[in-house]
Amino acid sequence: MAVAITLDKVSAGYNGAPVLHDITLSIDSGERVAIIGRSGAGKSTLLNTIYRRYREHAALIPQASALVANLSVFHNVFMGCLDRHSTFYNLRTLVWPPAAEIAAVTRVLEAVGLEEKLFVKAGELSGGQQQRTSVARAILNGRPIVLGDEPVSALDRVQGGDVLRVLSARHETKILAMHDIRLALEHCDRVVLLEGGRIILDEPSSHVSYERLLPHFEGELQ
Amino acid sequence: MRRASFLPRLTYGSATGMLVLAAIIAVPFADLSISAVHPGAEFRRLLAGILSPNFSAIELWSVVWTVAFAVLGIAAGGTAGLVLALFFDRSPLVRFVAASLRSVHELFWALFLMQITGLSSTTGILAIALPYAGIFAKVFAEIFEEADRSAEHVLPHRTAALSRFAFARFPVVAQQLKTYTLYRLECAMRSTLVLGFVGLPTIGFHLESYFKEAHYSEATALLLCFYVLIGTRRLWARASTLPLLVIASLFVLPETTGSGSTWNNVARFFGHDIIPVPLRSGSLGHGDTWTAFGSWAWRITVHQIGPGTIETLILAQIALIAAGAFALLLYPMVSRRFLGQIGHYLGRAMLVVVRSTPEYMLAYLLLQLMGPSMLPAIIALSLHNGAIIAYLLGRQTDQLVLRIDAPKGPNLYFYQTTPTLYGQFLAYMLYRWELILRESTIFGILGIKTLGYYVDAAISELRIDTAALLLVGVAVLSMSVDAFSRNLRRRLRIEALPVRLSADDGADSARVTGALTGPAHVQQPVV
Repeated sequence: MAVAITLDKVSAGYNGAPVLHDITLSIDSGERVAIIGRSGAGKSTLLNTIYRRYREHAALIPQASALVANLSVFHNVFMGCLDRHSTFYNLRTLVWPPAAEIAAVTRVLEAVGLEEKLFVKAGELSGGQQQRTSVARAILNGRPIVLGDEPVSALDRVQGGDVLRVLSARHETKILAMHDIRLALEHCDRVVLLEGGRIILDEPSSHVSYERLLPHFEGELQ
Repeated sequence: MRRASFLPRLTYGSATGMLVLAAIIAVPFADLSISAVHPGAEFRRLLAGILSPNFSAIELWSVVWTVAFAVLGIAAGGTAGLVLALFFDRSPLVRFVAASLRSVHELFWALFLMQITGLSSTTGILAIALPYAGIFAKVFAEIFEEADRSAEHVLPHRTAALSRFAFARFPVVAQQLKTYTLYRLECAMRSTLVLGFVGLPTIGFHLESYFKEAHYSEATALLLCFYVLIGTRRLWARASTLPLLVIASLFVLPETTGSGSTWNNVARFFGHDIIPVPLRSGSLGHGDTWTAFGSWAWRITVHQIGPGTIETLILAQIALIAAGAFALLLYPMVSRRFLGQIGHYLGRAMLVVVRSTPEYMLAYLLLQLMGPSMLPAIIALSLHNGAIIAYLLGRQTDQLVLRIDAPKGPNLYFYQTTPTLYGQFLAYMLYRWELILRESTIFGILGIKTLGYYVDAAISELRIDTAALLLVGVAVLSMSVDAFSRNLRRRLRIEALPVRLSADDGADSARVTGALTGPAHVQQPVV
């Protein structure tokens, strides 16, 4: 199912304080878009705005991993597909997971290299492991658009690259907020630069270079 | 905002002044006499009894039933409270039901339920379950409201409500719900003990007769047994043992010595007893019936609810201020800052005793010793509540971060800790106000002419309709004081401060981890 995303002069904010101003953006099915910018530029707000409008077709990887600490990695990942099963089946899985679901979740965990933590409580994981659990949940969710808010910020560049490749393989459209410019250029075809809640650059990755973007991040570590 | 300018601006000082002034005005109207002929001699006998406990007096089954009623009451009340909590923020009806359930004390519930289910296990369990369901509903709703909802936000679109709840809402707060429920089990055991005083076969039943006959050695043994039960609660009552406790409790319940068929009783209770007398015989379409009903309700309001309410407020107000004064005097004694390690141990010991000694039992005992007046009730209420507030203040004192050259002794007390914690102290006081009022109401059963006196009298004369109207009065009074106390706390800007004793379980809830909002994230306990 090909779903395109269109925002037409959208503004958004929190408690009356505007964060995004007149954002016009269209993303076609199959695109891999990096949203970059300083912290506070409005990246998360833009992702959340898209998620609210297209949640029917999108899986979200929020910035804070948003796991339930008391549940196992298995259950946290399984949450990605709660809508595909009956309530009874879901409750049953909570208490007594069926072998088929364990197998499905294990496959997804293998993709992010976390299969050995299957029945460990999410609260006992390290930050990077939590992030990979959150990614696995989005993969199992399987919706065509994946919205990732700094999905690999707690991983090193090699692990992060692996996870981004998996996301590209499993989801048709990929929209990621990122602060690592090199990783963004490497794994996305299009770069959208936000500054002060406005889009000030929107070009294919091949047209922009690390050096050209760097001045926009003055004062932030790259 | 113009109206506010006529009122004195509400500060810690003026709020304290008003509360103290109200108590001073109340004192001349309170009966503070000691009417017992030889209170000194009786006290000496009590002391002798305390020093020579007679453990052969412990009736094993009464201990078992005390635990069984409490466990089943908590299981039923907790389940009902959880269901109510889910609709708490959406439904005004649910909030009203919960408020009504908890505004009527478990002793009143017991007296009412006895009309239907007799002196049975059902009465004992429901008398706990009904008011506790109201309390659970409110506290659970607060826990849900304050919980981290980020995991729920990420769930796939169109996830069914029950799945949403089971995966992303319940597990986040499970630990807190558990901690609070187990804490409540302790309260329920205190409540079941008190239910013994009105005839249910718990430890309280034997305590009452021993106290009445001045068999203090036997009574002391029972109380010590109860303290041990409460003190060891963490060993035997855990989330893992709770299902077992529930099942075992069901099997050991006493046989009903009931009066006839329950269904007949239900029909009689709702079809006849609880219907106001003028409405039973008269035709409902007739104006005279309603005139008679009006004068019936008016008579009860003027002659019973009115005087009962005034007496209740007088008792509660004096007890509140006495408790506050006691707490301020006592808190340095239970603080490490003032008394070092001794203070720490004193605090722990006081907590166990205070937590396990029901005010009602204390008031009963003091009435035996001093003779009927308001004085025993005031002493019981102020000892219990004062000690709780002192303990909480002492713990807060130990957590204060003081500068290195902070003063010591009296200077520390007057210049540092007391002013720093005064807002917190007022928050505890205003929160305890409603609890003191609830207890003041039921002390009527002991003969002090608060609202409970009239309820008890009406029930023993089988005027259930009158008792029901009186209970409406009780509920309105309790809700009004609660609302007033909330309003004061808001205006003093102390509404966010912790007030519940169960926050003491912080040692447990510090380990609480809710939904993770980031690596190495530790959620603050909110219970």
